[in-house]
Parts: sequence; C-alpha cells; structure tokens
Amino acid sequence: MATACDSPSTGFESLLRQDEEKDLLRLSTAGSVDDGKSTLIGRLLYDSKGAYEDQIASARKASVNQTAGPLDFALLTDGLRSEREQGITIDVAYRYFSTPKRKFIIADTPGHEQYTRNMATGASTADLAIILVDARSGVLPQSRRHLYIATLLGIRHIVVTVNKMDLVDYSEEVFEQVRLDFLGFAGQLIIGELKFIPISALQGDNVVKPGTRMPWYSGPSLLDYLETVSVSRDRAFEHMRFPVQYVIRPNLDFRGFAGQLASGSVRPGDPVMVLPSGRTSRVKSIATYDGDLAVALPPMSVTLCLEDEVDVSRGDMLVPPQHPPHVARRFEAMLVWMNQKPLDAGRPYLLKHSTQQAGAQVAAVRYRVNINTLEHESVERLGFNEIGAVVVETKRPLYFDAYDENRLTGAFILIDPLTNETLAAGMIKGGIAGETQRSEEWLAVEFSTSRVTPAERYVRAGHRPFAIWLVGGEDLAYGLERKLFDRGCLVHVLRGEDAAGVAQAFTDAGLISICRVAGDDRRARDSVERAVGSDRFVVVNAATLPEDPEPAADEICRSLEQRGYIRPQPKPFTGGAGI
Amino acid sequence: MDQPTLTHLRVLEAESIFIMREVVAEFQRPVMLYSIGKDSSVMVRLAQKAFYPGKIPFPLLHIDTTYKFREMIEFRDRFTQEIGARLIVHINQKAIDQGANPFRLGTQKCCGLLKTRSLLDALAEGGYDAAFGGARRDEEKSRAKERVYSFRDSFGQWDPKNQRPELWNLFNSRVDKGESIRVFPLSNWTELDVWQYIHLENIPIVPMYFAKMRQMVVRGDTLIPVEQDIPLLPGEKPEMVMCRMRSLGCSPCTGAIHSEADTVPKIIEEMMLVRRSERENRVIDHDQEGSMEIKKREGYF
Repeated sequence: MATACDSPSTGFESLLRQDEEKDLLRLSTAGSVDDGKSTLIGRLLYDSKGAYEDQIASARKASVNQTAGPLDFALLTDGLRSEREQGITIDVAYRYFSTPKRKFIIADTPGHEQYTRNMATGASTADLAIILVDARSGVLPQSRRHLYIATLLGIRHIVVTVNKMDLVDYSEEVFEQVRLDFLGFAGQLIIGELKFIPISALQGDNVVKPGTRMPWYSGPSLLDYLETVSVSRDRAFEHMRFPVQYVIRPNLDFRGFAGQLASGSVRPGDPVMVLPSGRTSRVKSIATYDGDLAVALPPMSVTLCLEDEVDVSRGDMLVPPQHPPHVARRFEAMLVWMNQKPLDAGRPYLLKHSTQQAGAQVAAVRYRVNINTLEHESVERLGFNEIGAVVVETKRPLYFDAYDENRLTGAFILIDPLTNETLAAGMIKGGIAGETQRSEEWLAVEFSTSRVTPAERYVRAGHRPFAIWLVGGEDLAYGLERKLFDRGCLVHVLRGEDAAGVAQAFTDAGLISICRVAGDDRRARDSVERAVGSDRFVVVNAATLPEDPEPAADEICRSLEQRGYIRPQPKPFTGGAGI
Repeated sequence: MDQPTLTHLRVLEAESIFIMREVVAEFQRPVMLYSIGKDSSVMVRLAQKAFYPGKIPFPLLHIDTTYKFREMIEFRDRFTQEIGARLIVHINQKAIDQGANPFRLGTQKCCGLLKTRSLLDALAEGGYDAAFGGARRDEEKSRAKERVYSFRDSFGQWDPKNQRPELWNLFNSRVDKGESIRVFPLSNWTELDVWQYIHLENIPIVPMYFAKMRQMVVRGDTLIPVEQDIPLLPGEKPEMVMCRMRSLGCSPCTGAIHSEADTVPKIIEEMMLVRRSERENRVIDHDQEGSMEIKKREGYF
C-alpha cells in the first residue's frame, strides 16, 4: 500500500512542517462590481502564490521564474454561467488562499442584489470583514449597510479598504475624508477594531506589498494586516458548551457523546451537567481516533465519556454545573428574513438551534431596523431581506447564551415546515425579563408517568431535589434544616429505619431530605445513594466542619451553593445583542 | 482569555467531522460516494475519526465506469477491506452492454451514461437520502458557490439559483420523500490542505499520484495513459515518460503531467510552485464551455 513515504529531510521538509502548523482566518468581503472587489480578491489569490515561490526559492537558494504578466484578475473569481451572462455575482462564493503564515477563507458576497441575505450568510462564519469603498465616490449607503450587517453578525474586526487610490492621484486628503465619514457612522455600532487602508487593487498598491506611491501612509499592506491580526480573543466565552450531536455506542463497553466543543475547554474529571435533564456527572475521558486527550479546546470535534450512566441524547447540551446557559421558551432575537414570503407572526415554524430542533413561532415583531439610518421602525411583519427585533416562542425550552457572548449557542435558523426552505437567521439577544430562568430551574425530562414534571417541581421549589447524608449531631441537622428553610428551601430531617425509601420519595417530590446518622454505615449510605441517584446525593461529615453547628451549617450551605444544588443570590440577566 | 489556536488542518478536520456526524444523526440512509482518489482517501479517514471507536456507519459507493485504471481498482478493494468498510460497486451494465464507450460516444455522452446516470440509478436503488461527496469549492469556478448541504430534487438535479442559505454550522436537513442532499464535508479544503493532511496523517493513496516512468501517448500538451484500447491517431506511438497523475478519473479522460515528484512532500513542493488548477488535465471539464456546471445541474457530483 502506497503511503506518504518521506524522503530525507531537506530545506523544504522543515518548511512544509512549518506550513502545516499555520492557523486559519475566515473573512468576508463586500462591495459592488464597481468597487473593484473581484480585482482585489483576484490579486490576493494570485499574488499570494508568489509568496510560496519566493519562500521555496530562498530555501533552495535558487531563483524561480515569476510569470506575473498582465492578467484580468477578475476572471479568476468569475462564477456561474448565469452570472457570467449578467456580469454580476448573485450569491456567496467561497475563495481560498494561503500564505506561509496563514490560510484564508473568503466569503465573497455581492454588493447589490440580495445583499442582506448574502452578506449575513457570508458574515456568519467570518471573524473579519473587508469593506470596499471606491475612493472617488466615498462612503455610500451600501458601505454603511455592509458595516451594520457585519457588526450584527458579530464580526469584531473591520477593514475598510479605500480602493482606486490611483484614480484620485493617491491623495491623502481623499483618504482622510473617507475615513472621517466612515467613523461618523461607525460610532453608533459596536466594533472591536476598525482599520483603514488605502489601496489600488489594479496597480497592486498596499494589497500584498506596501505601495511606494503613498508615502504618507505608514501602516501595513492589506495582506500584512490579514496575516498578523489576532482574532482568538474575540471568541473568549470561557464556559464550556458541548452540544451533543450523536451517541456512539459500538459495544456494551463504550458509550460516548460525540460533538464539537462550542466554547470553553474540557478535561477528564471536570463536573458536567446534562441539559435538559439536569443530571450531573464527571468527564471520564475524551476519546478520539488519535488517542485519549488531556484537554479539548474549541472547535475540536471529540467524543466525551462520562463517569456515570446518565441519560444523554442528541440535542442535549453538556455544561459546567456552576455556569449553565440561559433556559427559556420565550426570548428576544434579531432576525434577518431571507425568503420571498414575509414573516407571518403566529405561523408554525421549525427552529434549529445548536443540535436541536423545536417547533417555534414569532410572537411579536418589536421593530424593523432601517439599515441605511439604523432607525427603528414600527411594523407588523418583516419582508424579504429585512432585519428586525422579534420575540420568539418555542415549544421546548432552548438552552442558549446571548449571541454577543457566544455565536454558536446564540444563533438559530427558522425553517418552513411545509416547503423545507430556510427562512431566516436569528441571533438571540437574551431572555425576556422575568421569563428567563437559569437552566437548573428547567428540567424537562419526565422521570415517571406523573403529569407533574421534575421541571415544574423545580420551578415551584426553587431548588434541585437531593438528599444529604449527614454524619453528625442533631444540633447540626436541625440547624441546617432551619437555615435551608429560611432560604426558601423545602427540607425535612429524616429519622427512622427506611431512610432510602423515604429519601427517594422526598427527592422525587422535589424536596431536600437530611438523613442524619450518628455513624457512617457504608451499606445504609449506599442504599440511600442508589435510591436517589448519585447526582442527587451529598455526603457531609461533621468531623470536617467547625464544631459550632452555626458556622458548620453556613459552610454546608456555601458548598451546596457552589456545587449548584441550591440557588446563589439571584443574578440579574445581563445578556443582550446591544445593536 | 487567549486560547491557543488550532492549526488550519485541525480546524478543517473538526469541521468535516462535525458535518459527517450531523448527517448521520439527521438522515435515514446516508452513503459515501467513494471515487478512490486522494480526496476520497481523506474523506474516509475523517469518517473513521468521526465515529471512532465505532465503525463507519454507512456504506461506501463506487460508481465504476469500467474505464478506471487497474491500479485504482486494486487499491479500492484492498483499502476498503483493510479498514472494514462496506463497499458497494455500481456499474451501468445496460449502457455498457449497448456499447457505451468514450471513443464511440465522445466523453460528454459517455460521462452522462456511465457516471451521472449510473450514480442517479445507484442512489435511487439504495434509497439514499444523503450522499457524501469529496468535492471541494476550490476545484473549479462553479463549485465556489456550492453549499455544504446541496439540495437535489427528486430527479437528482441541482438548481444554482435556488439554493438554501447556509449560516453558521446550522445545516437544514429537511427533505421530502424522493429528494436528497449531497453533502460536501471537504468544502473548505484546498488541494494543498488535502495533500498536507495526507502527509501529516500518513493516509494511503493510489500509487498513480507518484511519479515514475509510464507508457504514455503524447498528444499536444496532454499525456494520455496507455490502458484499455485507446485509439491512436496517425503517427502516434506510446513512449516511456516520467510522469504522474494530478487527479484520477477514467483512463481515456485522465491526462498525466510531466513530473519527478515521487513522494508526498515533493508533490506539495511541485504544487506550491505551479500556478495551475488540478482539474486542468481532466478532459471532461473542457469539452464544453461551463461544462462542470452543466454536469452538476444534471446530477453529476
């Protein structure tokens, strides 16, 4: 069998190893045919190849024949037949190029037709946006639209390339004017970094190499900037979110939950909570084809195995018990409407969010955004290529973060259940005051045939149900009961023979039971743990606590709070897309 | 908090694995189109990774035109057996019995019968609602706008003007009975990425990608392998040429290129230096203006 048999190491081999280690930058471009966008992209695609040739040549200490004759760069990016006939791009096209420093994916979107739908699509996966402005015409309404959509879709790095500088005599004044006009508008939006570069795509000034004709500009060329800009801080949402895609169960000994880590990191031993059931366990291992991992980082696709046999299926999400996402069936979102048929409030739609689908409807349209002026307009519904703020209701609770904080757990699409078309893209701003709950309050799984779900019991009680195995004196047991009761918990100290049966009944009923024992009888403890489930069972030994029951009970409460069993002081909801 | 960034190959790998798992979770009967080429080799490795320690949970389907190179068929049978994959080989026997061949019909009609028709028949017979293909967006201009989930109507046809918008990693998997989705998990890979991944992961590929002395007919700028009964033009005669294949198709339609690259790193070096697209030596892409787009509309991958 032929495999990649390596020849002895040469200058090229180490260069190759280095090249395999480079990272990836996804960007979107927007501009119209007249802005020279195709010429710019064509030049990036073509000239970047020269970088490899130079590098190889210097590694080999040889010269290469550079054949950069006069080329119509726009032809390199020309697309489908129907477009060629019309001479315009009508859909998002993906382009690829590499330099020895980075690989780039460009989502190239058209400037005119259906710009909203296409720009939103291209921007959804991009970390950086290039907005092209023709130096002769300055900032146009479409430049402002591009900027708004890029920021709405969560892009934090915007590069405004002021193109065709050759046609304005490479004038610094013209460039400055465009910059000031742009800044005036951009002030209303949330942007991480806004960069201006004067270029001539046709002549090549400041695209790949710095131009000599604009001595007044001392910044980097466009490619220099793209090669060095850091985007890793943009997605710094630190809490683990692991939407489960698929359960891998090849035999009785292996049960793993496959998915792509959306945020945070995960290590063996980490405590996790399963949404929506609220059951908890620990990560036993991170299984991959290349061996078990000590840590997984986003966006790795891995398979997690848990310590306990908890029920997990596709659509569930694994999260840290201390830092769960929001859970709600009603939330506010920004919606980009992408279908000829307008949004119909009250019509049943299908909503896809992370790895789950749920029936949904739009309960209200709050306003439409005029994307030229950013003004909010009062409307009944949204039409094709319109953007607005809406209230969405789902049949099942979603577990989400605000899109501003976490793109992957804050985004959704709406699908027409009849035609199967994708109708809209949504970005969750946040829950609605008073209606959002932290996820520990929403346990939707039904464990029995009871018509009352654990979730509802949970909402009523205001805390998770569990049993405390308390090895210690009566003073401590009743002191703890008093403290929990004062915090609003439903709690009772158990005495007598059948602790296991009673604790199980109490736990199923949504209550907290304290099993007070003088000595730690291992068999009795195991039977209670089995009865209530290990994620609803807490062992406390008074020997490890202060002797005085008062501070001892306080310490137990603190620990329960930290482990997510009882609610900490309520936190106000702070999410919101802010645009 | 600054998190360490993954390399571009690991990001692409994670994305492809995510796509494969979505398809297996959301469709009833997925299948993977297996063409024996280097992209298929990469795709199969990614499928192994996606479902590890389980086996690949769908069959591999090879559309055999009977004009494939002997080395390709040998590789196919050995490779699929070694990894324990289920292989289905489909041949449009009816067309072959009626004498379909590229020399008589021309490459365009031949492809239509032995590849496109055969593929559509095989997908219909298997009742597959999702088919993975190894196509990449950087291969050819018409592919740059292809979706990862490419919707096909009940005749297997593609409508470039009416594609579903595709945002984030939220793929719309809804299809009605008879309709299907072609899925391209390597959409965002380039030829260079594929070769680097083969190098990094030591993935087995057909030896025809490596340069050696081979019997070729030299026709203009094109080197045509001597295999099957290729008709020679007056004055033509096979000669030994140091060459290799950049892409593998049927023997009468796959040109070779002059090359000394006999290892993966040498191939990569050659690629970095040559500003040429890999499909350039595939005759079928040139037989009609915009030909790949036409084939795709009809149902070709």
